[in-house]
Amino acid sequence: MGFIERFLHTLSEPRWGVHPDDRKRPAADAPLRLLPMPKRLYIPLQQHVGQPARSVVLVGQRVLKGQLIAEPQGRISAPVHASTSGTVFMIGDITAPHPSGLAFAAIGLEPDGIDASAESAVPADPFALPPAEITRLIAAAGIVGLGGATFPSAVKLALGQRSGVATLIVNGGECEPYLSCDDRVMRDAAPAVVDGVRLMMHAIGAREALVGIEANKPEAIVAMRKAAAPFAAIRICPVPARYPMGSDRQLIQTLTGKEVPSDCRAADVGVIVNNVSTANAVHRAVRLGEPLIRRIVTINGGAIWQPGNVMVPVGTLVSDLLAFAGVKSEPERLVMGGPMMGTVLPHASVPIVKGTAGILALNAEEIAESEPGACIRCGNCTRACPAGLLPLEMAARIRAGDLPGAEAFGLSDCIGCGCCAYICPAHLPLVQYFNHAKGELSTQERTRLRNDAAKRLAAERAGRLEREALEKSAAAARRKAERNAAKAAEAARASPAVPTTQHAEKNTAALVETSS
Amino acid sequence: MSEYLVLLVSTALVNNVVMVRFLGLCPFMGVSKRIDGAIGMGLATSFVIVLAASLSWILEHWLLVPLGLSYLRLLTFILVIAAVVQFTEAAMRKIAPDLYQMLGIYLPLIATNCSVLGLPLINMQEGHGFVTAIVYDFGSALGFTLAMLVFAGLRERLALVRVPHAFSGAPIAFILASQMSLAFMGFSGLNFK
Amino acid sequence: MFAAVASLALLGAALGFGLGIAARRFAVESDSLVDALVAMMPGSNCGQCGQAGCAEAARLIAEGTAPVTSCPPGGKALASALAAKLGIPLDLSTVADQEPRIASIAEDICIGCCRCIKVCPTDAVIGAAKQIHAVIREACTGCGACIERCPTEAATLQPLPATVSHWVWPKPDVPAYPAPALAN
Repeated sequence: MGFIERFLHTLSEPRWGVHPDDRKRPAADAPLRLLPMPKRLYIPLQQHVGQPARSVVLVGQRVLKGQLIAEPQGRISAPVHASTSGTVFMIGDITAPHPSGLAFAAIGLEPDGIDASAESAVPADPFALPPAEITRLIAAAGIVGLGGATFPSAVKLALGQRSGVATLIVNGGECEPYLSCDDRVMRDAAPAVVDGVRLMMHAIGAREALVGIEANKPEAIVAMRKAAAPFAAIRICPVPARYPMGSDRQLIQTLTGKEVPSDCRAADVGVIVNNVSTANAVHRAVRLGEPLIRRIVTINGGAIWQPGNVMVPVGTLVSDLLAFAGVKSEPERLVMGGPMMGTVLPHASVPIVKGTAGILALNAEEIAESEPGACIRCGNCTRACPAGLLPLEMAARIRAGDLPGAEAFGLSDCIGCGCCAYICPAHLPLVQYFNHAKGELSTQERTRLRNDAAKRLAAERAGRLEREALEKSAAAARRKAERNAAKAAEAARASPAVPTTQHAEKNTAALVETSS
Repeated sequence: MSEYLVLLVSTALVNNVVMVRFLGLCPFMGVSKRIDGAIGMGLATSFVIVLAASLSWILEHWLLVPLGLSYLRLLTFILVIAAVVQFTEAAMRKIAPDLYQMLGIYLPLIATNCSVLGLPLINMQEGHGFVTAIVYDFGSALGFTLAMLVFAGLRERLALVRVPHAFSGAPIAFILASQMSLAFMGFSGLNFK
Repeated sequence: MFAAVASLALLGAALGFGLGIAARRFAVESDSLVDALVAMMPGSNCGQCGQAGCAEAARLIAEGTAPVTSCPPGGKALASALAAKLGIPLDLSTVADQEPRIASIAEDICIGCCRCIKVCPTDAVIGAAKQIHAVIREACTGCGACIERCPTEAATLQPLPATVSHWVWPKPDVPAYPAPALAN
């Protein structure tokens, strides 16, 4: 390649990010399989960003497939539905798919094998409905962002409609290595995805939709082009395969040339980003009346016999999925999500949630663990950072305990993609530094808010005590005045009755004391 | 005019009061952990240096020399310096309480900062005129502030790097100071001819 | 001789006069620093620091006799804010955030005496005479004032359970200096 071509190539390539070996095939090419209904499902109440849902079923209750089992609480929340028909056998804690390995609340469901669906009404022509009605249907179906962020989709769409967003960006980037569930959705259900995109466009009043698909998924691009051909407003845009292309800010920049400013949201630049799997879920919810109770999960990794994509009911334990796909050797590490941003699971008895794109069972060769060395300030992390930050400076400050200093270097803009740690020749655990600092800062913020609240309460209490003391002394003064008046009257009649009055006063004082 | 400019540059850089003359080292090491504290210290010391030196010059030439009391020079100068530092402390407590708190013990210690007494004495030795003396002191004060600022910046970075245990704390700071001194040696090559 | 004495006396008088004026001009009525610190403290006067109240603790911190880390409910957030205000370097790793605890009242032992309600600095205990009391979790600062007052030991401090949403990644344990490669 001549140097001019190379120069032009570097111009067209994004300047940020890394290019890990994608390892998507052969799993991506294997046909979609259906997981047989497991013996037990554990459906968590918190599968989304925001307030957890509140259970509306009782232990021992029989539920139907798609029946509401937990209702949303608060403004940002999502309902949870039964993945199949069966009996609720427990409501309690189960290990969360979270690096802490702590437990969270879930509803245990024992499938009855009938898979009987609950009744649901489907609108004849959703495009005749007002946008708010579509958003309501999406909210009722419990749809959350399936790209991994699990932000409630209805909230996002409503925000898009309020801020007059003109462009809907559909994220088919799927830049994480190993994962191919979005690829599979686009190949197998392109018409459904396109229909979901049109429904979302209707819900937010967007004029156009750009579907960004990484160039390493040619089959998906062909299928989506074919499905989107009748709709001029939907454009399929292949984007360079580069991690993290699937991050919303990076995709927006690549497709529209707009950069989302720090501490702004995508809607502030007139764009809303949704995942292709979310579009598919929207299609199923609005056209078929099926809430989000199952999803395609990639099962991949060196320890798996039959890597591929599997349709899995929400609440399935990872161990059931591993048994279905077959395990070659005891996996060295279990990861939920992709290898770059995924969560290391403490064990396999963890439920699959709405946001689970993949389960990776990695063998020893796939885990490159190396001892961290010293930072030599080579600056590779700075070049790789898609957010334009200085990971080496932030990490040095966090290591020295200077969290405000790290924040001044833009810690809050870190998307945690892991490019810096991937590229670091010293193998420094940069992302862990940043995650630690973000958590620590939010804990401090919580403490601060709590202290402010305590201060307010204490001030209110002081005010109340003062008021009560004033009232008490005013009452005492009044009584004294009355007594003096009475005494004067008594004196006029020359027969004093002082002791009884004093006694009465004591009683009143005791009453006031108790009521405070 | 250019003569004063040359004097300013040569006092601030070539004959830097801290890095070359080794005067005023105690705040240089003591208050240089953070940039804001170092700037505050530099400015406070500069204020004291310029005010004390000009007062000293006036007293020397209008009081001590005419009355033949040159043997009282040291006592007079120290008296003036102490008064000016006292004044600065009172003013700073009112105007910049945060800075007052930050400088702590080092603020009254300006009184015993050797550059503050050294500069008026050098002025007398060299027989500077009033304007030359002021420029000389101002340049030196500028050099002091510069050295404080640069050193504080370096030490802020030093807090982030891994220092071998044997060197952590004051030893590495002194090593850093010696390297800065080396860097300032470079200015001695400046030629104004 | 006389000239020396006279000139020094004159000089001293002049400087003293000037300083006297300056002292009057720059007089600091109240210590604004202490006031600023008092405003930063939690203000519940819970007494966990061992001082008579938040104002007293703030005064001692401003004096430098008490460390900025002496307020347990304030935790790291308050310690770093105070250190920034005072310009003191602070190594946060030495400050262990006290494990957050809140009071809870065992229903089966509570006799409804209302004593805890009266001492609670944030009005976090609700209840009435001869009724079982309860603690409002959001308002409790875990100061422990109610524990001392409870005649039946029904009020106890319980650690808050760790939750997924409040969990913080541990700080990576990278050795201060990597092991040197052995040269042969």
